[in-house]
Amino acid sequence: MTGDSERAESADVKPLAHEPAEAVRRGQEERLRKVWVTPSGWHYWSAVNNTIVGVWYTAAAFLFFLFGGVLALLMRVQLAVPENTFLSAETYNQVFTVHGSVMMFLFAIPVFESIAVIFLPQMLGARDLPFPRLSAFGFWCFILGGVFLSGSILFDAAPRGGWFMYPPLTSKYQPGTGADMWLLGFSFIEIAAIAAAVELIVGTLKCRPPGMRINLIPLYCWYVLVAAAMVLFAFPPLIAGSMLLELERAFDWPFFDAGRGGDPLLWQHLFWLFGHPEVYIIFLPSIAIIAMIIPTFAGRPIVGYTWIVLAAVGTGFISFGLWVHHMFTTGLPGISLGLFSAASEAVAIPTGVQIFCFLATLAAGRLVRSVPMLFTAGALAIFVLGGLTGVMVALATFDFQAHDTFFVVAHLHYVLIGGAVFPIVAGCYYFFPLINGKKLSDRLGKIAFWFMFVGFNIAFLPMHFTGLRGMPRRVFTYPEGLGFETLNMISTVGAFILGIGIAIVTWDIVRPKKRVPYAERNPWNAGTLEWLPNMPSENWGVRSIPEIDSRYPLWQQPNFVRDVDQGRFYLPDAEEGKRETLVTTAIDSRPVQCLRLPGPSFIPAVAALTMGGFFILGTFYLWIPALISLVVAIGVIWYWLWIGTAVLPEKEEKDVGLGLKLPLYLSGPASVGWWAMFIMMLAVLTAFVCLIFSYFFYWTIHDDFPPESATGPGVFWPCLAGGLLLASWGMTLLARRWNRANKTGAFYVALLLALGLALAGGAAILAGPWLTGLNPKSHVYPAIVWLLAIWTALHAAVGALMHAYCLASRLAGRMSARHDIDMWNVTLFWHFVALTAGITVAVIAGFPLVK
Amino acid sequence: MKDMKSLPEKEESLWLVIVSPTIWAVHFLLCYLTAAIWCAKWAGPSRTLGFVRWAIAIYTVAALIGIALNGWAGFRRHRFGHGKLPHDADTPEDRHRFLGFSTFLLSALSAVATLYAAMVAIFIWNCD
Repeated sequence: MTGDSERAESADVKPLAHEPAEAVRRGQEERLRKVWVTPSGWHYWSAVNNTIVGVWYTAAAFLFFLFGGVLALLMRVQLAVPENTFLSAETYNQVFTVHGSVMMFLFAIPVFESIAVIFLPQMLGARDLPFPRLSAFGFWCFILGGVFLSGSILFDAAPRGGWFMYPPLTSKYQPGTGADMWLLGFSFIEIAAIAAAVELIVGTLKCRPPGMRINLIPLYCWYVLVAAAMVLFAFPPLIAGSMLLELERAFDWPFFDAGRGGDPLLWQHLFWLFGHPEVYIIFLPSIAIIAMIIPTFAGRPIVGYTWIVLAAVGTGFISFGLWVHHMFTTGLPGISLGLFSAASEAVAIPTGVQIFCFLATLAAGRLVRSVPMLFTAGALAIFVLGGLTGVMVALATFDFQAHDTFFVVAHLHYVLIGGAVFPIVAGCYYFFPLINGKKLSDRLGKIAFWFMFVGFNIAFLPMHFTGLRGMPRRVFTYPEGLGFETLNMISTVGAFILGIGIAIVTWDIVRPKKRVPYAERNPWNAGTLEWLPNMPSENWGVRSIPEIDSRYPLWQQPNFVRDVDQGRFYLPDAEEGKRETLVTTAIDSRPVQCLRLPGPSFIPAVAALTMGGFFILGTFYLWIPALISLVVAIGVIWYWLWIGTAVLPEKEEKDVGLGLKLPLYLSGPASVGWWAMFIMMLAVLTAFVCLIFSYFFYWTIHDDFPPESATGPGVFWPCLAGGLLLASWGMTLLARRWNRANKTGAFYVALLLALGLALAGGAAILAGPWLTGLNPKSHVYPAIVWLLAIWTALHAAVGALMHAYCLASRLAGRMSARHDIDMWNVTLFWHFVALTAGITVAVIAGFPLVK
Repeated sequence: MKDMKSLPEKEESLWLVIVSPTIWAVHFLLCYLTAAIWCAKWAGPSRTLGFVRWAIAIYTVAALIGIALNGWAGFRRHRFGHGKLPHDADTPEDRHRFLGFSTFLLSALSAVATLYAAMVAIFIWNCD
């Protein structure tokens, strides 16, 4: 069987052979328009649709980018001449800390998520991602945390310990709320980022159009899948680290205090275990935009699709083996440095592979010149230079010389501006017609490009030499006569030229466009699904959800646009007046469910506000109001789940068109909610593993750990807790089974027992360190034991809350024997609780015995 | 030749694609942890790496065998039937070949990265 005959045979499901009658189509469009309408007036802010929330999200991230850019210019003014007094040392510290933090946490990561939230559903021919309210929640968390953090610099209260917050500087020598703001604020934003990652992973795997098998998905989706999966494993180490550092700052638990058994180096491990993958979390989705732009302007499919998948997945893995290359000068054994140096060199292989694929596509196609292509070319040139200096600093011996000098500043800006900012601006010019139906100006785009490209190189190329001459990073000024003056002045001039370029892009985006005509449909003649919409587009995403047979359906499937437009594919209507999209299988994209999506609501914003209250009040050590805010947040989330999730459908099945009937309600591993819970819990488990890592890290650095003098937590209480929690887990499993079997009485009894056992188990695990008199302030050992116990107890408490929710749900008739999404998801949560409890008990009670 | 129905989705798995990079990750972590713990706790005044280098050699052989097996299985799936690259047809066969080819390519990368890590043990003999 040849490829071609397979392709001919593959068109398994055909669109409707005849055009539906005009009146039918009108009626369908009217209903779809009504269901997907954007709320008006002040209700506009209750919108949850991806095309609206995504645009808010991107706009906010872009504003933070401009703010971070202004801070950069302030620094460049300060460094332009020696002995400058434009900024004080204190202000300079705040400025570079906020610049780095804003660019990383408030621009680079959110902009990846926001762009994906806008375009992922469109590339997948989905009406929206599976959890629109979760995206909205993420946005509100982000904007709240971001404004709070950025605003602090106006009150001279910003963090000033560098974007990496190394203790003991930040634990002992920086009183005030700056560091707390950083630790709590970013933890809050990271929770939002993990929520977005859940959304993007489930979206890519479960909400593809029918027929879009795993070998046909747009490359952008591969990159986003990898980056989102990386978020799950990269962000929890920082959340764990932030928790340790905040506990030390607020309650004097000595995790990083060497005098009481702690170790500041642990922070560096946890931070960079996040920090290095994060660079790739920024880079991959940005280069993904390039992977969409290049085929369009080369006019041909990408060369080496599988090789690019290799590059994305391979980079995703290897990037977790690089973190110690930020710690080459901390005195680790040579063999450790060697291992991380080797991995740092290895990551250049997949990174290079994808660049060669892009170049090959351009060489094999007929290049059409355009502004997006111009920025793409600039991006590749700059990024390759940054990559090359990366290969240099990955060698430990070279790094010993360059560490903490401007050479590293130059390197990281080449990588991040070439690898992220230029591709994102390219994407901005490329995708803009999908936002408001109009193209940005070609003329302004070209002018902006040259300002940005030239300005960037004038600013950052000399920094390599400033660094090699020995100028350290993060100093607010330098004396005359060291040979830094000219180079610094050139950099400052370049930075302002770059700034002019960015100002032109900004103007092009915000200038009134009343007189600019709408672009024609698919203005760049691209081949992928996001280019289906009319200009301007409708809110419904896609008129009917198509059957996909190829990687570039707009190029390769005959009459495709016509068939989508005329509603000849799936879900051309919204008969019941509900927002709907299709759920498909992960590998072959066979449709399995018609998923009802929630509509506009203020609940996500209120949930974000109350959740944010906990973190923001906590910054000022106002723990009582903070806890009240947290309790309110839990109440809001309960209400959100109660009215908006696992809603019982009015019928079991729905005809989605083309003779296909799909269920409206699925539970267990077939449901998107179960996947979301699983993915979320992987992130939580990763944070827990980091705490366990910390325990054993302390063991490696101490000759006696647990110390001889340690009195607890003993064996009895932890083992009792473990037994109770495992019993609660077992009862939860039985409750699920009895619910399915419709043994209502047994179900209630099992669930009540599970709830009671969970609470008792949580109390017992805390009783261990409590009754044996472990004082967490005295030494790091009691502190880490307490933390593991609290972590497990919190899991038990949340698990008990979930038991209560399921009880109430069944009592209220929201859950039945057949409709048991909640029960499946709670059981899944409890698998993780059981694992956490088992490991905690083995470590805190078992390890001292082994020792 | 097998027909399409012999390649049902439920027998395919995305997990196979990432087996080899996972082996690399485990190998990398084992090498790092073994060396770090040895140097911190047991190296003594001689600072010699001693058994760590042998341990790394054993890890490496085991990892390479695992990667080779997985890569070979991927290569065979890539060569299934008569399909040629770029494996972009909407058929179970091409999906099968694509997943095989991805597995194979990632195995090759993982093998190289594993060898890079192993080479460190050839050049470094002590804990300094």
